[in-house]
Amino acid sequence: MTQTPIDRVAQATPAPVARRIRGLSDRAIAWIFVAPSIFLLLAVNIFPLIWTIRLSFTNFRANRPNRDVEWVGLRNYERILTDSDIWNTMQATAHFLFWTIALQVIIGFALAYLINKKFKGNDLWTTVIVLPMMLSPAVVGNFWTFLYQPQIGLFNYVVTFFTGADPSSFSMIGDVHLAPWAIVIADTWMWTPFVMLICLAGLRSIPDSIYEAAECDRASKLRQFWTITIPMVLPFLMLAVLFRGIENFKMFDLVVQLTGGGPGSITEVTSINLKREAFEKWRTGYSSAYAVILFVTVFGLASIYVKALNKVKER
Amino acid sequence: MSFSVTEPSNRTKWFAGFMVIAYAVITIMPLLWIITTGFKSPSDAIAYPPKVLFEPSLEGYVNLFTERTRATAGMLEEAGEPTTWYDQIVRENGMLISGPSRYGERFLNSVIIGFGSTLLCMVLGTAGAYAFSRFRVPLKDDLLFFILSTRMMPPIAVAIPIFLMFRNLGLNDTHLGMILLYTAVNLSLSVWLLKGFIDEIPIEYEEAALIDGYTRFQAFYKVVLPQAATGIASTAIFCLIFAWNEYAFAVLLTSGTAQTAPPFIPTIIGVGGKDWPAVAAGATIFLVPVMVFTILLRKHLLRGITFGAVRK
Repeated sequence: MTQTPIDRVAQATPAPVARRIRGLSDRAIAWIFVAPSIFLLLAVNIFPLIWTIRLSFTNFRANRPNRDVEWVGLRNYERILTDSDIWNTMQATAHFLFWTIALQVIIGFALAYLINKKFKGNDLWTTVIVLPMMLSPAVVGNFWTFLYQPQIGLFNYVVTFFTGADPSSFSMIGDVHLAPWAIVIADTWMWTPFVMLICLAGLRSIPDSIYEAAECDRASKLRQFWTITIPMVLPFLMLAVLFRGIENFKMFDLVVQLTGGGPGSITEVTSINLKREAFEKWRTGYSSAYAVILFVTVFGLASIYVKALNKVKER
Repeated sequence: MSFSVTEPSNRTKWFAGFMVIAYAVITIMPLLWIITTGFKSPSDAIAYPPKVLFEPSLEGYVNLFTERTRATAGMLEEAGEPTTWYDQIVRENGMLISGPSRYGERFLNSVIIGFGSTLLCMVLGTAGAYAFSRFRVPLKDDLLFFILSTRMMPPIAVAIPIFLMFRNLGLNDTHLGMILLYTAVNLSLSVWLLKGFIDEIPIEYEEAALIDGYTRFQAFYKVVLPQAATGIASTAIFCLIFAWNEYAFAVLLTSGTAQTAPPFIPTIIGVGGKDWPAVAAGATIFLVPVMVFTILLRKHLLRGITFGAVRK
């Protein structure tokens, strides 16, 4: 332990006074303070995780708790990785992930760039833009189904207004080709502000002096943008992508309310698929294995990504 | 006025302002639509083309809070004169109020579970964060990172064992169960954020207090807590908003007594199809408090939503 002033004072004071100063020992206080949190996290986070891993090797079904549980080894994992339906689900998730992240990064960065021009009242408008992000995705997602109604929905009306198409000729949620876009649009609407806020923090972290120096060197505005703005915002942008990636990989509430995975299973992203396996078909062992695979995937990808992010930061 | 090369020109500012305001107006439309739909009559709500100007009606709100039965002319006659304004609205549609709806209860559940878990989370989180910030806790960094990483799991994946565990403990569909669950989910983020706030308070203050004869514990609640109040408040609002908005656990682990509003609002239906004004009314009451908090919180927003990764 390094010597803090308290230690020095403690050493210099007679024993009875020292006891009064210190009260409980630091070590005791540290444990009293941390123990309840650790206990709760062990009980609600870690213990279930271990239980999931254990269940994933069995054929346990939660709706028949009295049935004998058999140890099936790696069979659940084998079945998941060879199941073509799961790959369709992964494909739906990949489509959702790719387009939401691409759109949110482009729109979010553009907005942040414009807001950073410090026009009058930018604070107010930033707050307005941020609102959708803070709301309940389930409640808002549910309302979006109203906006997407073929005959009466506001969304269809606006599209009709600009394109002249018949408002009842297309149904964003009912159509196999449009449903994946319905969830992409709603998610982009909701989460673009998140990317925007992080980009804005990045832009504001660039000191003016760098631009002034570039101006002295007669670098064009375009050149400044590509060689100063972009590289300096990149770590922030990558962080935003990481957060959105993780969040959208586990996306449940918005999609389940909007399309419920339909039509058919065209928008059945992994979370919805997993919910069906675990809480509708009650294949608990199988879905536990599924959950473990998802966790390993996210954790693995995120770790690699964080390594890349740190490299970018170092530059 | 001083000239600066980095100050954008007026034309740039105009253009930027115009684009941002245009986006803001478009993005706020769905929210305004929710609020206005709540005040429309059912026929106005599904009119084509969508009505921007309409005669305000409280029918949605009345339908949200009441259960109604269709009544024949004779029954209406028998019930006598309507006694209240909401009675009046229901009777005009040829129906009678048969009792209150579940919305009030569900909303109250959201309040109890939201505030209960936030309070518990702040008590545990502040203590934990203080210990992590000021003392040597073995494996501190690994522990924090691992705890944080459990939030990467899809909630459904975590819900399987929690569902089984709660069933065995009798916590399924109880307020206590949901409070404990949301506290645990929020705790990692809270400890992480609060540790950041406490790290920023100079340790010298406590040392001075200790030398003045305070015990460690007194120094904690008389010196550190007041200093960290802003941080604690903004973290608390984040926890509250998370618990308030949470849907996946709520829909899987609650069905009756402890069901919160998010799983309930989408299930509101009227006679012969979805009663959109009632849904919108329920959504409005549920969403507006969060909008207000967001506006209050705007300065601390970034730190909370990025797990403290971006400070500003």
